[in-house]
Amino acid sequence: MANPNAELTPSGYIEHHLQNLTCGFGEDGFICGGADVAAQLGFWGFHMDTLVWSVILGLVFFVLFRNVAKKANSGVPTRFQAAIEAIVEFVDTSVRDSFHGTSRLIAPLALTLFVWIFFMNFMDLIPVDWLPEAAVAAGIKYQKVVPTTDVNATMGMALTVFILIIVYSIRFKGVGGFIGELVFNPLNPKQLNMPKVVWPFVMAFNLVLETVSLLAKPVSLGLRLFGNLYAGELIFILIAVVFTAGSAWFAAGLSSIFGEHIPAWFWILSAATVCLTLWMNIKGRLSMKHTWLFLVGEMLVIGGLAFLGGQLLHFGWAVFHLMVITLQAFVFMMLTIVYLSMATEHH
Amino acid sequence: MNINATLILQSIAMLIFVWFCMQVVWPPILRALDERREKIADGLAASDRAEKALEEAQKEAETAIGEAREKAGTIVDQANQRHTQILDQAKEDALGERQRQVAAAEADIALATNQAREELRAAVASLSVLGASKILEREIDADAHRELIDKLIAEI
Repeated sequence: MANPNAELTPSGYIEHHLQNLTCGFGEDGFICGGADVAAQLGFWGFHMDTLVWSVILGLVFFVLFRNVAKKANSGVPTRFQAAIEAIVEFVDTSVRDSFHGTSRLIAPLALTLFVWIFFMNFMDLIPVDWLPEAAVAAGIKYQKVVPTTDVNATMGMALTVFILIIVYSIRFKGVGGFIGELVFNPLNPKQLNMPKVVWPFVMAFNLVLETVSLLAKPVSLGLRLFGNLYAGELIFILIAVVFTAGSAWFAAGLSSIFGEHIPAWFWILSAATVCLTLWMNIKGRLSMKHTWLFLVGEMLVIGGLAFLGGQLLHFGWAVFHLMVITLQAFVFMMLTIVYLSMATEHH
Repeated sequence: MNINATLILQSIAMLIFVWFCMQVVWPPILRALDERREKIADGLAASDRAEKALEEAQKEAETAIGEAREKAGTIVDQANQRHTQILDQAKEDALGERQRQVAAAEADIALATNQAREELRAAVASLSVLGASKILEREIDADAHRELIDKLIAEI
């Protein structure tokens, strides 16, 4: 559906939606593409969609908060200012509650992670076909718009947190303290009064255990976010597949008019009609009852009964997912704070 | 879904955004929040102080009013006392004056009575003399003059 040249099959649709736009310098110079290009480039491929979208969303975060920061004063705040300040206050409270050391970095880090991850997750709520379709129309074959459904993005952030954990550990405990924590936990041979002969073995055992637990922090941090968002995205795609792309009703209804490929103007017109209905309702020119009737009618005209079901399921999942994306952003932020707090404290 | 160099770029992007936030976003907002908190705290403290001052002023006003009331009471009492004193004094004066005047009048009356009595006595004497001489000019008729003399004597 999003790739006019490929045959429209459910598995092809899903694969296309889950394929990042990978770019990099191959043997023939700069190349961009899907799975084949990614295979050719190996590690030195870059997911352009992930990078561009995450940077755009990071800039959105930056501009929004910078605007408030510039106008920040102790007078009466505007509504927007109050909303931003509420977020800042919330993050500040979370940091104060969980992080007991003193650090100039930790609170801004938490704020950035929370808002940025929330924005990246939020891309999941944009209908799954809009941006990939638009990208295809613009000549870009692959587009995965939710950066947090790319394991590279989430692991990249987890990696930064991991580096910070090590930096904080060394800064607050010294290199000796940090290594000591790795080899004298959980079995402390000194406290257990073990003979000196077995010390190296106990310490090696400890080191293995502690290294695993240390590495588990960033891995779980990154994979948790990735897994939640990937699953959510997949369910959106599956709903779309089940109710539209592979639907017999849909194919029978519209293919008889348009042939195999439904033209873009049909979708644009459909979307415009729905938007007009909603706009008239907002402006008070259409009663709620009429709005519902119109919307159901438009859905039926656009895609048949099955499409209506798909819309409702999409809506229901989006409502649930709204909670998931906020929660996952919060969890990532909180765990980052807790890990860094643990890194600064002696056990 | 494969791990590649996106990882590194994403890490770098995150670090840059965090640095931005740390430098130009977080401090001004937090400063503003702290300042506003302080302002509000000051405002609340000021209102508390004002309330206390008001209470104190009310108490002071009440004591002042009480004192004034007491003073006014004493003044009224004093005035009343003075009033009675003046009245008593006036009464006494008036009584004294009356007695004096009565005494003077009585003395006048007594004087006048005495004078009149003296005059009368003189007049009786002269009348007696006159009567006697008139009687003497004629014969003294005791019976005839008895009436006259009696009259004379009664006049006295």
